[in-house]
Amino acid sequence: MREIVVISGKGGTGKTSVTAAFAHIGRSGGKTQAVICDLDVDAPDLHLLLQPRPVTTHQFASGHEARILPETCTACGECASRCRFQAICVDGAVPYIDPLKCEGCNVCVTFCPVGAIAFEPKVCGTWHRSQTRFGPMVHALLRPGEENSGRLVALLRDQARHYARANGLDLILADGPPGIGCPAISALTGVHLAVVVAEPTPSGRHDFHRAVELCQHFKLNIATIINKADLNPQLNAALQQDCRRMHIPVIAELRHDMAFTHALMQAQTVTEFKDGALAAKLRRAWADILTTNTP
Amino acid sequence: MIVAIASGKGGTGKTLTAASLVRTWAGPVVAVDLDVEVPNLHLFLNPRITGRQPAFLQVPVVDNAKCDRCGRCADFCQFRALSVLGATVMVFDQMCHGCGGCKDLCPQGAITWGSRELGEIAWGGIGDDHFLMGRLRVGEAMSPPLMRAVKTRLKEWTPAAHSDVIIDAPPGVSCPAINAVMDSDVIVLVTDPTPFGLFDLTLAYKAFVPLNKPLAVVINRDGIGGEAVDTFCRAHRLPVLARIPYDLQIAAAYAGGRIIAEQANVYWTLFSNLGDQLRMLGPEGRQVGYA
Repeated sequence: MREIVVISGKGGTGKTSVTAAFAHIGRSGGKTQAVICDLDVDAPDLHLLLQPRPVTTHQFASGHEARILPETCTACGECASRCRFQAICVDGAVPYIDPLKCEGCNVCVTFCPVGAIAFEPKVCGTWHRSQTRFGPMVHALLRPGEENSGRLVALLRDQARHYARANGLDLILADGPPGIGCPAISALTGVHLAVVVAEPTPSGRHDFHRAVELCQHFKLNIATIINKADLNPQLNAALQQDCRRMHIPVIAELRHDMAFTHALMQAQTVTEFKDGALAAKLRRAWADILTTNTP
Repeated sequence: MIVAIASGKGGTGKTLTAASLVRTWAGPVVAVDLDVEVPNLHLFLNPRITGRQPAFLQVPVVDNAKCDRCGRCADFCQFRALSVLGATVMVFDQMCHGCGGCKDLCPQGAITWGSRELGEIAWGGIGDDHFLMGRLRVGEAMSPPLMRAVKTRLKEWTPAAHSDVIIDAPPGVSCPAINAVMDSDVIVLVTDPTPFGLFDLTLAYKAFVPLNKPLAVVINRDGIGGEAVDTFCRAHRLPVLARIPYDLQIAAAYAGGRIIAEQANVYWTLFSNLGDQLRMLGPEGRQVGYA
């Protein structure tokens, strides 16, 4: 089985549009069917293009949250003095735990001398196994403001693998999260190829290098797509040179194209919206991904 | 006052907005980049960096000579950072949140503090203004502890006392984004008028409303997409304080590392007006409003 994740470092470079186009191209090629996966559980957008119909929906529970029981609490302040996240406020008559700062570590619960702190499991989001016009999809939504997105990403990845094995599918195509922290690390764990979407802007190039460094840290195969290549020809050339130096293939160079936005407004992938030079480049990139990535 | 520039969706123009707001802000300001995973604000503000220091998280080290393998630390740890394996206790320190519970709990006193490098903090000046940023070590998963270290540095830093603070926040709506905006007086949500922008604005709205802070919206690439973002803002009484038009010249200026406010008078006015309106939403502005 091959697993491909599209990441970028910087947000807004076109990860989701590119992933959706690959889902369409992969399906219309007919040779391999992918399990599609949206690993950006913080702000998932792939469903807006693929319009999945949920087959099963599940709650995602992870971690715990501490809550003070006012009827038992003696306001001794032990909890606040031990909390390393400054989550406990002792201004009032009864201490208060700020759920936004609580990391669910269990210290206050364990050290409260009168057992006045409850430790409750948290439901952090929901995840779905769905069908789309391009095949099966697993996706999720973290409850806004929640933590443990890395664990939800890991769960989705496991579910995608499980579904692929159970149904004899040999490919997983995932839309990754931005950044290089916990969700990105979780999304990259155990994949065969990271496709990094870069753009020739100072931020785009800077964050491309951060993303590549992360992939290299995990010894992953990398391919690059340069999007909006005509925005800054000098930086585009610099990105190309960076890739040559690091032996990273540039599998597509796409111009800034309003077709991405127009397709999005109609809930279509850009390759469904318009068959032209852009679609041809994306088809070639997908073919490159499938051939360079044979395990 | 503290203004946080946040977004939900990445790439909507947070850094573009933050850089122009810093440049046009009336009065002294500290620009703080809390998007520690992929910090970009320095690329536009070009600060003179005058200091940097690494930031660490305290994590447990087990003295296997003192340890009797009772396993209480491993049972206690909510993050699976400790595990009894045969005759030793393994510490998976990259999983550790640094809560200190294992150390306090160990009956043998076998746990002491070691440290994990989270990344670095750097600071400096931009003309008369000040600049502060965090940069996560590549491979480090947790950004909130580094963000806390940046915020601690901000509080200790004397120039900050007399300045307003503009924070460039990370995208998303989970713990890093919440951590970046939780101490601010006003939160600005930058969006674009596409279905992606709208969906992620909705998530950001849901995540930030419980913080009980004034929220305001900046629409970037105004003119592409449709009316749905405006409709959402009206329905939820979210003031749209600025509209940055869709203009390839803006995209090209941004791609060249330039500050949009400096590209034309009309953009300078756009961002200085945004600053004026944000000050009206801040604590002093609201006092004036009530008087």
